[in-house]
Amino acid sequence: MYTLPGKLKLLAIVFMVIGAIGIASGFLNTPSNTEEVKELLASHSENGHGNATAVHEKIKESHNQVGIEESHENEHLEHALHAYQNRPWSAFYVAAFFFFMLSLGTLVFYAIQYAAQAGWSPVLFRVMEGISAYLPIGSIIIFAFLIASAMGLNHLFHWMDPDLVNPESEHFDEIIFGKRGWLNTPFFLIRIAIYLGVWNLFGYILRKNSIKGDSSDNLTWFKKNFKMSVGFLAFFIVTETIMAWDWFMSLDPHWYSTLYGWYVFATMIVSAITVIALVTITLKAQGFLEFVNDSHIHDLAKYMFGFSIFWTYLWFAQFMLIWYADIPEEATYFVTRIDDYKLLFFGMLVTNFVFPFLVLMNSDFKRVNWFVVLAGIVILIGHYIDVYLLVMPTTVGEHWHIGIPELGAVLFFLGLFIFVIFNALTKAPLLQKNNPFIRESKHYHY
Amino acid sequence: MASHYEAPIRTPLITGDKTYHDISVDVAAPIEGKANKSWWIVFTISLVAFLWGLGCIIYTISTGIGVWGLNKTINWAWDITNFVWWVGIGHAGTLISAVLLLFRQKWRMGINRSAEAMTIFAVIQAGLFPIIHMGRPWLAYWVLPIPNQFGSLWVNFNSPLLWDVFAISTYLSVSLVFWWTGLLPDFAMIRDRAKTPFTKKIYGILSFGWSGRAKDWQRFEEVSLVLAGLATPLVLSVHTIVSFDFATSVVPGWHSTIYPPYFVAGAIFSGFAMVQTLLITMRKVSNLENYITILHIENMNLVILLTGGIVTVAYLTEYFIGWYSGIPYENYTYLSFGAATGPYWWAFWALIICNLIVPLTLWVRKWRRNIIWTFIVSIIINIGMWFERFDIIVIDLSKDRLPSSWSMFSPTFVDIGIFMGTIGFFFVLFLLYARTFPVIAQAEVKSILKSSGDNYKRLRAEKGDDTPHYTEVSAKASVKKETVKTEKLASEELSENDKKDNINNLLDSLGAFDPETQTADDLKKISGVGPVMEQKLHALGIYTFEQVSKMTDKEYDLLDTIINEFPGRAKRDDWAGQASKLKNS
Repeated sequence: MYTLPGKLKLLAIVFMVIGAIGIASGFLNTPSNTEEVKELLASHSENGHGNATAVHEKIKESHNQVGIEESHENEHLEHALHAYQNRPWSAFYVAAFFFFMLSLGTLVFYAIQYAAQAGWSPVLFRVMEGISAYLPIGSIIIFAFLIASAMGLNHLFHWMDPDLVNPESEHFDEIIFGKRGWLNTPFFLIRIAIYLGVWNLFGYILRKNSIKGDSSDNLTWFKKNFKMSVGFLAFFIVTETIMAWDWFMSLDPHWYSTLYGWYVFATMIVSAITVIALVTITLKAQGFLEFVNDSHIHDLAKYMFGFSIFWTYLWFAQFMLIWYADIPEEATYFVTRIDDYKLLFFGMLVTNFVFPFLVLMNSDFKRVNWFVVLAGIVILIGHYIDVYLLVMPTTVGEHWHIGIPELGAVLFFLGLFIFVIFNALTKAPLLQKNNPFIRESKHYHY
Repeated sequence: MASHYEAPIRTPLITGDKTYHDISVDVAAPIEGKANKSWWIVFTISLVAFLWGLGCIIYTISTGIGVWGLNKTINWAWDITNFVWWVGIGHAGTLISAVLLLFRQKWRMGINRSAEAMTIFAVIQAGLFPIIHMGRPWLAYWVLPIPNQFGSLWVNFNSPLLWDVFAISTYLSVSLVFWWTGLLPDFAMIRDRAKTPFTKKIYGILSFGWSGRAKDWQRFEEVSLVLAGLATPLVLSVHTIVSFDFATSVVPGWHSTIYPPYFVAGAIFSGFAMVQTLLITMRKVSNLENYITILHIENMNLVILLTGGIVTVAYLTEYFIGWYSGIPYENYTYLSFGAATGPYWWAFWALIICNLIVPLTLWVRKWRRNIIWTFIVSIIINIGMWFERFDIIVIDLSKDRLPSSWSMFSPTFVDIGIFMGTIGFFFVLFLLYARTFPVIAQAEVKSILKSSGDNYKRLRAEKGDDTPHYTEVSAKASVKKETVKTEKLASEELSENDKKDNINNLLDSLGAFDPETQTADDLKKISGVGPVMEQKLHALGIYTFEQVSKMTDKEYDLLDTIINEFPGRAKRDDWAGQASKLKNS
């Protein structure tokens, strides 16, 4: 049995405490009126971070009439105020989703192993179960966050504003009005509750059967898990797309892309497999998982390599098609990202594609643990940036930073994640006992 | 190459208690035997269809594209539909040969050769369409990077149609190399078994002088892995670029970011359907049921379910986003309420029923293990995937942004003739292949025989996982060679003294065969005697119908003691009766 090392536990708690302080300070330092925003923008331009003011200047130049300038000035400040108020919420949301998707992706990968009757991976099943154990708490946090948004505590989901679908209002938005059958708060929350609930239910059943299998003398539990996995995957493939529309695409309710759901999935799965590899290597370094050999690590690294390319493929497909056709209502998505986030937007291609591609290309390197760890950390940072870019450009726009709110949220959730998954790993032996493929997996050698 | 231990729970992939030699004989049988009547019938029909299509192509080229049913609104129709359909079909072969190799799926060994052959033949059909639809195919070389003095270099490199040229030609060449690499040891096997110097010569050339040394095998495995690595991105890239032909445009219904992965999934979906169609027929005709088992068919059905599921999600996404976008034009795209109820409703519903609804039956285990139902479903999917491309191209074009130019498409006999011609051409190639190539990758199948053959799995189940997989060869085996002047084949069965006596008894009553004065008959004509059994009978010294016709119950029993594979078979099938008829005919 695995016991949680005291140091790791302490580290997790320290992360959580520092992270919580960071999150809190992010919320406390939010400007509450346009005057404060004005000061903030001024101080930023003094610091040489003239991003916001440069655009501000541009707007000024394009409107020479004084009267219009005045009203634009106010509108602009109003806009900046919203962005600043959205920032700590967005930072929280990005980190909450990032760690949530690690556990969800792991559950998916775990289910794929059952459904495909894979022979190489059963020795890693308990590791995957451990990482999936974060799913319930991750789901609750996200759901609570979405309820908070629905209650109007933040304005990330612009379309939730009832004025927009009120034909009487001056803010009436005809396009959003046309989508009200889908984009309305009650239906939004109900469907999210359903798919989050079903995912968690499947995760719970898979784990329960797996534990049952340790003391079982027949294969009923295994066959059940096979069926459960197939059912879960069939449900997931549909609902994952809906999740992506709900949680991210609807942040920008005018914009749409059919590939979006699968693009989010690619980010999810590659990050999840990376985490499986990192946790496995950590446990091995602590002297556990003696039955996991370098062929297993090699295979995980191959998946990291393969799915990194797959992510790039989908990134390119979406980007290239929108760029090539250049239809204004579609291109706006990338225009914001390239204008205001150039470094992150293109930098993420280096972290998510070029780096893992070069590092993990060589067959021998995929068997060297520290190489896999190195590539894995870069991949995770890169995909954090990817999630960041799903959210921030629409919620805070040009007023983005990576500062205390962002790092605080990441630290907090990292601590929580480590705490939950390593705690879950202590709850059961690290090797399934009666899995019919366990011997094949132990002997696995490539 | 893969892990050496296989969990006992896994179903055997090779049935019928095969030995290494049995595999060689079974795979070589269609090549060494003669074509039967039904082969000739199907071949003739295909050839006629091919020639008819060729005539239509010549007519098109000499007269002009006007002979097709195109109009100003629908300026692309069957030509590109057929092109995408054929390219898509090719994808299954590459997926089986490359992706399943990387995933170490042993069941691919039984089907990869034919699936790759199908890929190559399908890509050849696909390649015809872009060339003939150019209008001036004699200028087809313009798509190549040619020296500037021929005109401008790479006339329109911005066009995805030009990217297709590179995608498809890369695809064809890598697939061909991959296929041929796998064929080398198998051609060598045919060469080594060849009886006439001519066949020996031909297969010697085809096998590139394969020697079977360890060095050859080591290079072979290395090259296979490298090619699998190269071919895997090709599985994605080819249909991705085909999808760009549409998705880079601003035509409603065509411009959709999901197209690249969705086209790839659809291509694999249709490709596996075609593999099912071909292999279900072939395993029956060429007696390969032991290598392409029900498990292979079920696994392919599972791939169809998976890719069909992905395609279904893509359909739903397209439909939903079409509505969600709030753009009025989107209501006339191929997946929309407008299409379902408009003039092309039949094409819309053909797509939905064939690709979405019918494949759902494969969720039922009993149905996906039913060979006839699988065959029917595979044909339906082939039809459905043709309609998918037809719908994307024709429905989306039929209602463009200007209602006054809305129109319908009706194919001419030339459109139909060319399509039928490519189907004929495809089958001509495949039928020729089935008679001249080793249709099962026998070298690869042999590599999994001990881990996945049913006799070896049974052996391990009975005697434990660590039992040796070879049998001691008795020293007496050499003695019988003198009494029975035959090939070495039967040595394993004949290693005991009483068996030797039995053979002598048997030959006493049947009469010996003298190669000097008599000629051997084709014993395979007796129902119940396959190529393997014929060899075994030869090994005993039985070569003629005359000998077989003399068999009585006593001889049948003797035969069963010597060849104990199918006890009672000879009697049940009445070999003697059959042989006496054959003798006199």
